Amino acid sequence: MGERDKPDVLVVGAGHNGLVAACYLARAGLSVQVLERNPHIGGAAVSRRLYGDFTYSNCSYVCSLLRPEIMRALELPRFGLQIIPYDGGCTMMRDGGHLALYDNHDALRREIARHSKRDAEAYDRYARDVIRQCKFIKPLLMREPPDPTSFKPRDIRELLYLGGHFQRLGEQRMYDTLRFWTMSAADFLDEYFESEIVKAHMAGSAIIGTALGPRSPGTAYVLLHHYMGDIDDTVGAWGFARGGMGAVTRALAASLQASGGTIRTDAGVERILVRNGRSVGVALASGEEIHARLVLSNMDVKRTFLETVDSSELPEDFVRQVRNFKIRGSSGKLNIALDGLPTFPAIPLGSPSTRGDMHVTDTIEMMERAYDDWKEGTWSRAPYIDMLIPTQIDPTMAPDGKHYMSVFVQYCPYQLASGPWDADKRKAFGDTVIDTIARHSPDFKSLILHAEVRTPWDLENEVGLTEGNIFQGELTFDQLLFNRPIPGYSQYRTPLQGLYLCGSSTHPGGGVMGAPGANAARAVLRDLRMEAS
Amino acid sequence: MSTTSSPRAAFDCIVVGGGHNGLACAAYLARAGRSVLVLEAGEHLGGAAATREFAPGFRVSALSHLLHQMPARIIEELQLERHGLAWAAQSLPTAVLAADAAAVIIDGGSLDGPVGAADREAYREFRSQLGRFAAALQPMLDAPPPRLGTDRWSDRLSLLSLGWRIRRLGRRDMRELLRIAGMNAYDLLTEHFQAAPLQGAFGLDAVLGTNFGPRAPGTVMTLLYRLALQQGAGARGAAIPVGGMGAVPVALAAAAQAAGAQIRLAAPVARLTVAGDRVTGVRLQSGETIDATTVISSADPKHSLLGLLGAEHLDTSFVRRVHHLRTRGLAAKLHLALDGPPRFTGLPPGAQGARLLIAPTLDYIERAFNHSKYGEYSSAPALEITVPTISDASLAPAGKHVLSAIVHYAPYELRGGWESQRDAFTHALVGLLERYAPGIRGQVIHGELLAPPDIEREFRIHGGHWHHADLALDQFFAVRPVPGATQHRTPLPGYYLCGAGCHPGGGVVGIAGRNAARQVIAEAGRA
Repeated sequence: MGERDKPDVLVVGAGHNGLVAACYLARAGLSVQVLERNPHIGGAAVSRRLYGDFTYSNCSYVCSLLRPEIMRALELPRFGLQIIPYDGGCTMMRDGGHLALYDNHDALRREIARHSKRDAEAYDRYARDVIRQCKFIKPLLMREPPDPTSFKPRDIRELLYLGGHFQRLGEQRMYDTLRFWTMSAADFLDEYFESEIVKAHMAGSAIIGTALGPRSPGTAYVLLHHYMGDIDDTVGAWGFARGGMGAVTRALAASLQASGGTIRTDAGVERILVRNGRSVGVALASGEEIHARLVLSNMDVKRTFLETVDSSELPEDFVRQVRNFKIRGSSGKLNIALDGLPTFPAIPLGSPSTRGDMHVTDTIEMMERAYDDWKEGTWSRAPYIDMLIPTQIDPTMAPDGKHYMSVFVQYCPYQLASGPWDADKRKAFGDTVIDTIARHSPDFKSLILHAEVRTPWDLENEVGLTEGNIFQGELTFDQLLFNRPIPGYSQYRTPLQGLYLCGSSTHPGGGVMGAPGANAARAVLRDLRMEAS
Repeated sequence: MSTTSSPRAAFDCIVVGGGHNGLACAAYLARAGRSVLVLEAGEHLGGAAATREFAPGFRVSALSHLLHQMPARIIEELQLERHGLAWAAQSLPTAVLAADAAAVIIDGGSLDGPVGAADREAYREFRSQLGRFAAALQPMLDAPPPRLGTDRWSDRLSLLSLGWRIRRLGRRDMRELLRIAGMNAYDLLTEHFQAAPLQGAFGLDAVLGTNFGPRAPGTVMTLLYRLALQQGAGARGAAIPVGGMGAVPVALAAAAQAAGAQIRLAAPVARLTVAGDRVTGVRLQSGETIDATTVISSADPKHSLLGLLGAEHLDTSFVRRVHHLRTRGLAAKLHLALDGPPRFTGLPPGAQGARLLIAPTLDYIERAFNHSKYGEYSSAPALEITVPTISDASLAPAGKHVLSAIVHYAPYELRGGWESQRDAFTHALVGLLERYAPGIRGQVIHGELLAPPDIEREFRIHGGHWHHADLALDQFFAVRPVPGATQHRTPLPGYYLCGAGCHPGGGVVGIAGRNAARQVIAEAGRA
């Protein structure tokens, strides 16, 4: 491209947040070009064909956090996104029992009563309190966090909004909320439930993707982060994207192109070009330079500033804080092609329990010990796994009669104490997970046609997520709201004029939610004195 | 004030419990002209702030063995030195022991031992920055925390002034404070230091009194809060009273009595007496009842609210909150009678009397914590050690010595029970000490281990937790001990709390007692 027809905006990275931001900006009338390093778009929201006619959602694997207002604004259904809600799921116990899961409150209540009458009653209280917390936080997701140190009218207005929002809870609820945000999932659950299996099941969502254990303060909040799912406005419901998670980013790409945006794949950005404190474009690995008024980086904050920007262009203090940003990977993933549907003796045949998330961790202690392994730099010997067989609901992902299984694994470190990852260690990690599953499904191993084993290290190399952290940065107090990613730079802007962040490193963080992309686009349009259409 | 005291009441105020907070509260009330009666269940005063003879001729501070958090202001206001409090040692340095190398010695602003230039510089910055933060938070300790969401101006003002103090730090500091306030000590300390002993020293400070390891978010706040308390203690620093910690309640009692307070020992309170919806006094286990306009309990919150008052006077959601208060003790206390002075390796002469830490690395502390999560004692625990006889020979026969160690972690609920494992743990501890003080095993004449259940029994603290309730963000400041019982009030008019379960928590501090007294006086003023 020559100087004359240079695009207004370059977006580095065609992950879901990059595409969301690009869509909003293109719809506002800007010329937008998205640059993707890989031959395919999608970042960590992809559908890959790595074995025969099987389609793997080989990174993220369910839709729950994608903001409905974004789906509507960008007309994703019209561009082919179809989300199939799913119900069911279970936690299998080592003694052969299980706890089945239902979206329907009363059904789940009855199921919990099988394990503890007292817990069944407590569940009413629990659901009420957790949903109250979801409703409290929801309005904050799509807002730019204020800078509490600033006297700008906008920041003060936002701070007052936050204060008022909190104040409206009333005294007792304020205390509950304060405690909820600072508690550990284990302590929080102890205040409701007595039965280990019930607690273990509930705690699961609190540790997914987090380098913390269920006993670490602050995990009660993460627990909620995974209840934010929003399909047909039923809080907590989850769904599959028909055709795999790639369908989400495909729909976004289609929406972008329909409003004039363009996408270039195999266009890895080597450097973000800076001229006297202002970003003026990018240089590709090929050496080609593309100039633009603005650059949005969908890459995480470390990759953006430590690898693509010349640090001499940045304040020393800022670079130090970026180095200190916590982004330790803690999750692994197996994608498995199955010759048929495995049976689980604990689960009655034909029960809906196999159609949702299946777990095999039946005590909080088991979960906490899995975390202890991560702290020591090894993968969990008895990992927490979140197992799904989407082909029961979306047959398009595998040939007739065959099935695709997605297995999310917590915990798996980016750096092993025993030295760098290699083929043998990856296999050993995969075997640990497969054996864990086989303990609950005798015919499972014999059905395996192919298994892709992904460690945080693989995630970094293929998708570009630093240390393979699925949230582009840990979701702890020191990295939330106005602290995310860096205090003073929580509003998608950076020390460099014309350079913005739009990835999950920014508020409100990870998950296939799209909020960071949408918020970043809004910040850009405000700086350009333009309105979102 | 007389407006609130009913004519029949024998006393304006009854203080339940003769621990340091109860006595401090009594002293302040008496000095304000209240008629005060202190009722102590035991044979002697002091509660957990006691000096006990654990072997013939060997005495030691029973739990807390260093006085470094009691505000200088309380010592002055109550003239404790005039009432007999004297110092065996003051401003003790902290030495982080190494089994095979020289110890790192932290003495105020100065660092000695194997620490690189970068770390010395980092320590200077770290100390001054956290010092500024602690100073900004310091006034949080002078008054009860505000309630949230009330329309009372006193609450709003104290929130606003807290916000203002934080803003006054300036943008850079304020941002850093807001970043680290909810952070874990492990990450913060590895950001600042390379030297493992430095990380270990502050890591231990961050988890003392908590049921967490240094990787737990929120442990930076407990570190800051500890620093704020130590700032309040002023130049005296880490000090050891002559005669051990038991000398503190003796001086407090003298101050209270000098101001007119009465004290009764061996007078355990069975229940509060209640008429209408107001406290009218107490009934002793002996059956005797004593009337008072106001009752203040220094016992732990669970005993104060569910035991002395009783659930029947409280609504269920409040009772549930009290039940959920986490009060399981996590620290044990080791006392050794030695027939000679211990010889810790890597210590310069004269440093043997310092505050000695076995906390070589952050991972060491975290691993010690791992065990407690599963109801096991730590096989290699973190220790805070003092040898008080080095500065106060009166605690042991001539030439003999006493070693006192706070042991993190030792869970209240130990799988298999403490009875069967106490000896094994004690031997493990002596073995651990042997690595750092070769020959000490041979010096041991007698040993005593106080596990949390022993502490519960000996000192009548629910769960044997010497902070009465875990220090954790969700049991902190405006929600300590539980919503509905903050600001030293309880749901029952006339009944107050003044123990370690209240903000700002335990340790021999006395602030809870002082703030409670001021609260009682302020309310009477309003009535």
